[in-house]
Amino acid sequence: MIEGAYDLAEDKGEALAVEGVSVWLSGREILHDVSFSLHRGEFTGLIGSNGAGKTTLLRTILGMQVPTTGTVRIGGSPRGAHGAAVGYVPQKILLDPDIPLRSRDLVGLGFDGHRLGIPLRSKHRRILVEEMLEAVDASRFADSRVGTLSGGEQQRVLIAHALIRHPRLLLLDEPLANLDIRSEYEVVELLSRLAEEQGIGVLISAHDMNPLLSAMDRIVYIANGRAASGTTDEVVRTEVLSKLYGSHVDVIRIHDRILVAAGHEHDGLPAHTEPSVWAIGGRS
Amino acid sequence: MFSGFMANTWIVATVVAAVAGVVGFFVVIRGSSFAAHALPLGAFPGAAAASLLGVNAIFGLVVFSAVGAIGIGQLSKRGKRDVATALILVVLLGLGALFLSMTSEYAPEIYSLLFGEVLGIAKDEVGPIIGLGVVAVLAIGLLYRPLMLSSISPELGEVQGISTSKMELCFLLVVALVTAMALPVVGALLVFSLMVGPPAAARAFTNRPQVAIVLSAAVALVTVWASIAISYESNWPVGFFVGGFGAGSYFIGRGWTWLSRAYATRADTAVELEHAA
Repeated sequence: MIEGAYDLAEDKGEALAVEGVSVWLSGREILHDVSFSLHRGEFTGLIGSNGAGKTTLLRTILGMQVPTTGTVRIGGSPRGAHGAAVGYVPQKILLDPDIPLRSRDLVGLGFDGHRLGIPLRSKHRRILVEEMLEAVDASRFADSRVGTLSGGEQQRVLIAHALIRHPRLLLLDEPLANLDIRSEYEVVELLSRLAEEQGIGVLISAHDMNPLLSAMDRIVYIANGRAASGTTDEVVRTEVLSKLYGSHVDVIRIHDRILVAAGHEHDGLPAHTEPSVWAIGGRS
Repeated sequence: MFSGFMANTWIVATVVAAVAGVVGFFVVIRGSSFAAHALPLGAFPGAAAASLLGVNAIFGLVVFSAVGAIGIGQLSKRGKRDVATALILVVLLGLGALFLSMTSEYAPEIYSLLFGEVLGIAKDEVGPIIGLGVVAVLAIGLLYRPLMLSSISPELGEVQGISTSKMELCFLLVVALVTAMALPVVGALLVFSLMVGPPAAARAFTNRPQVAIVLSAAVALVTVWASIAISYESNWPVGFFVGGFGAGSYFIGRGWTWLSRAYATRADTAVELEHAA
């Protein structure tokens, strides 16, 4: 059990609230009136094709992008001096295999990397790092060079790095990209378990919702800078998504998978408006 | 070879090697080797300018390498770092050509600035060199954690509020300090061989960053000590041995990495085969 998790797990308070957020970048509206909220312990997928606005939305939540209108609240307080309230795993982190750095060093830097000086040997820090590595099932490769680990293993270490300061909210930008199916499944399992165990809100962006279906409590579906949120059954429906895309889309369920097929040519839209939602599963 | 005038040589060379080994660790993991090469070359005209003005050469070196560091840091915010580095280098070298044409320095002195003059360190240079070395190591100690995180991944640094461009500027200024202290000793052309060879070798032998830094300083020390000793005995230039040992340690490190990975793969395969059986 992780230190500090006991009370958090009980607290189903608000982890994140995005209210009426619009973002204009160089004369283009990237996000239009996006609103949704996320509670502690909830696992939410932020789904949309490339260029739909997922990364801009994550950057706005992180405070790296100032919204043109609207507000972002984290853990009930306005965005800003959030400190350790948000953990973030950026997209496509490539760790150099030539850098002498163990998994435990990287996790430790998540705890105090922003502070000046050389890390002092402290029992508190060491125990915290051990616990975090254990929580993400990474104890096995705690002393391995992190750059030489597999994609799934690196992803675990990065999650521990992001979680060690016990944030209320964990954001992950496309953490499943470049993972094989097995690691994909394991990372989703892990995140869903961590959300519950540690009482944090988890928001994970992905272009394909299928690997997340079994774990997702809620979905935020984003297309053309507009978002719809709710449970998967509420959101992933022909009416809702057609409105979002501004053209007719079909939602087809095949076994346990969902296919969103967009853009009929007779709608006057080219067939490949949203190419990545075409493929079942979108896995190439 | 340990007599009177050589004492200064040993002291200064030891300080230069240790500091270059420590700072070089970050040069290598950040991929800043080109900057570490450009700053000493760009700083070299500073020595010429200092002699024009009749001040201590180290003063000119500090000013020129710092200007070079700030220039590279500012320009690479907007464009590619290697282009920015090359541009700054070209401008400073152009100034160097101008200053050299104006001074009455003899060719041997220019030669020693380029290739170093470790066997003839002047007494008044010892103090400033040790001072700059201490400042450089303290700066690395102070910046250690944010610099490490920003070097591993600028994005992970930014998440914790560490500005990538500020870290780059601070780090280049530290490299500039090392440049100014090491240039009179090992020469403009070879400063960076101490900042690249030993750390590149050290990172192969350990997974612990702090151990790698100490190891890098140790390899740099052995390189420099051995180079001076052999140079003293053979009368061949120190620079030849520093460059040679630097490259040699790099290849030993590479070889070690290759061997240990090959061994690890074979061990994994053996385990898998055992499971399969």
